[in-house]
Amino acid sequence: MNFVALRMLTGDRAKYFGLVFAIAFCTFLLENQTSIFASIMRRTSSQILDVTDAEVWVMDPQTEYFEQTKALKDTDLTRVRSVPGVAWAVRLFKGSPVARTLSGKFAVSEVFGLDDATLSGAPRKMLLGSWERLREPDSVVIDQAGYVLLFPGEPLELGRILEMNDHRVAIVGISDASAPFLSVPIIHTRYSEAVNFLGRERTQLSFVIARAQAGTTPEELAARISNATALRARTTGQFMWDCIRYYLRNTGIPVNFGITIAVAIVVGAVVAGQTFYLFTVENLKQFGALKAMGVTNPRLVGMILLQAGSVAALGFAIGTGMAATFFEIFLHKLATRGIVLIWQSVGLTGACILFVVIVASILSIRRVLVLEPAEVFRA
Amino acid sequence: MATTDLAVSCHEVRKHFGEGETRIEALRGVDFSARFGELSFLVGPSGCGKTTLISVIAGLLDRTAGELAVLGTRMDDLSGTRRVLFRRQNVGFVFQQYNLLPALTAAENVAVPLLAAGTSRKEAVDRAKSLLSRLGLGSRTDALPSTLSGGQQQRVAIARSLVHEPRLVVCDEPTAALDHASGEAVMGLLAGNAVQPDRAVIVVTHDTRVFHYAHSIARMDDGRIVDVSRPNGSPRTADRGPTDSSVQEVFA
Ligand SMILES: Nc1ncnc2c1ncn2[C@@H]1O[C@H](COP(=O)(O)OP(=O)(O)OP(=O)(O)O)[C@@H](O)[C@H]1O
Ligand SMILES: [Mg+2]
Repeated sequence: MNFVALRMLTGDRAKYFGLVFAIAFCTFLLENQTSIFASIMRRTSSQILDVTDAEVWVMDPQTEYFEQTKALKDTDLTRVRSVPGVAWAVRLFKGSPVARTLSGKFAVSEVFGLDDATLSGAPRKMLLGSWERLREPDSVVIDQAGYVLLFPGEPLELGRILEMNDHRVAIVGISDASAPFLSVPIIHTRYSEAVNFLGRERTQLSFVIARAQAGTTPEELAARISNATALRARTTGQFMWDCIRYYLRNTGIPVNFGITIAVAIVVGAVVAGQTFYLFTVENLKQFGALKAMGVTNPRLVGMILLQAGSVAALGFAIGTGMAATFFEIFLHKLATRGIVLIWQSVGLTGACILFVVIVASILSIRRVLVLEPAEVFRA
Repeated sequence: MATTDLAVSCHEVRKHFGEGETRIEALRGVDFSARFGELSFLVGPSGCGKTTLISVIAGLLDRTAGELAVLGTRMDDLSGTRRVLFRRQNVGFVFQQYNLLPALTAAENVAVPLLAAGTSRKEAVDRAKSLLSRLGLGSRTDALPSTLSGGQQQRVAIARSLVHEPRLVVCDEPTAALDHASGEAVMGLLAGNAVQPDRAVIVVTHDTRVFHYAHSIARMDDGRIVDVSRPNGSPRTADRGPTDSSVQEVFA
């Protein structure tokens, strides 16, 4: 009877395409919105995740998220270093000076000052030049997106000059830093350089980043540092979630996306679920005839589940394809890098579609099960 | 009460719908029987309970009271599932509105009762095709119902009611939606192919033009059988009905 079920489903082209399209559209909307949302949230901690050599971030106890830094004391670095289990700990400066080109183009940037001795805390990926060249005086590494922003239409090349707060520096490397929350240039330099870029602002020791010795987990170490120093110490993962939670609580972003996602779910559920339910209701006469001719209830249930399962699978596949194409075409740009279709949102959407289809199937099955087979004699 | 040549026997069968204000007595004590090897007609005014009676006989509805034996089985003894299996194995249906599945070809529609019983798709469709050929529709086995005339659709429906060789065939107004010539041909086909020594065929009809096919005619009124007659002389079903070619001419 399986082919009968599938033939019933595909027999009416218009209805069939309507159903598949409704599910595909709902899938597209959900995957699209949840992925963009998650990617944007993840961008709030791009620069934390880019630092792969450190495992623990130590900051002022009041600091809630990455952008909000309060200066630590120089002695705090020594205190962190003296906590047992610390393999190494170095300072990390973070500030937001204006970067200006000689032609007058400027942008607020995000500057990271790396430990002079070790250059720890840099993102790994380098497109042009090398991190070692940061040891040269007055040198910076800028990310590709920042370079393109400041030198639009010009080829990637080293040696160009930037003015950081009347302080001339040369670009010695172009990195592939992950996209920050706001699309600002990401500039890395040595700690001792960075502090010069910020004019009236006070010299800041923004973070101490540390790595645990073998045998100590980052979580243990973070807890130990917190206890020993009364500073806030978080692992990379914890700090990422701190930032995401902060943005969730304090910005309109989740509300905005929440609304779209809710609308997508409701519209999708109503349209897809309703269409499938109506499809069954319109075919009740056919189900009744099958029932009269001795098709058993479990068989009928199987037929409906097969119909629901196959439109759901097809619609979901098409919708996911549409979403993937969308991300490929529209978000494959420097400024929007990192906004990708994530598997979690594909999975979540799949679960939503499954739920909707199950509910619609249950309602449809109910109608077919209570159907009086004698009804087939009525016109 | 049942004799061996009785396929169906009803005694004092009652059926009502609803309760209280809306209670409708559709069957008010029906005594009715149908013999193997015969075409039994059931006639009567609209609303007198004909459809209800054949639904009860075919195991689609449960009677409220009375005795009912079909093919030697007491229907009131059958549980829900066993009733479905009973129908699947023993009953063929022909409906006024044909009730073919629009997405299936003629042959696939005919194959449905076999598929329901678990026959493989290929074997079921093959058997359906050979039956359709015997019924003069060999050239339209792959046609969709929407491309067939009413008479052709009803012939497909008749093939579907016979393909699993049931011992009871019930037809509700099989010719009502057809013009005279098609109705005549459909009834001829039914008379010529459905009637077998070990099968009973019950036909509900308003169509007096086809009465000459009947072995017996039971008249119903207001939920009761009021008269049973056996038309004089042998009805036309004694021969094998119209041949394939003559049927094809009518439907051409
Ligand atoms: N499912 C039902 N629920 C309530 N009443 C019903 C139901 N089925 C039939 N009836 C009623 O039972 C009575 C007999 O109906 P039935 O359909 O058996 O008549 P019929 O002789 O087949 O009529 P027709 O020639 O118009 O087809 C009618 O009054 C009808 O309204
Ligand atoms: Mg009727």
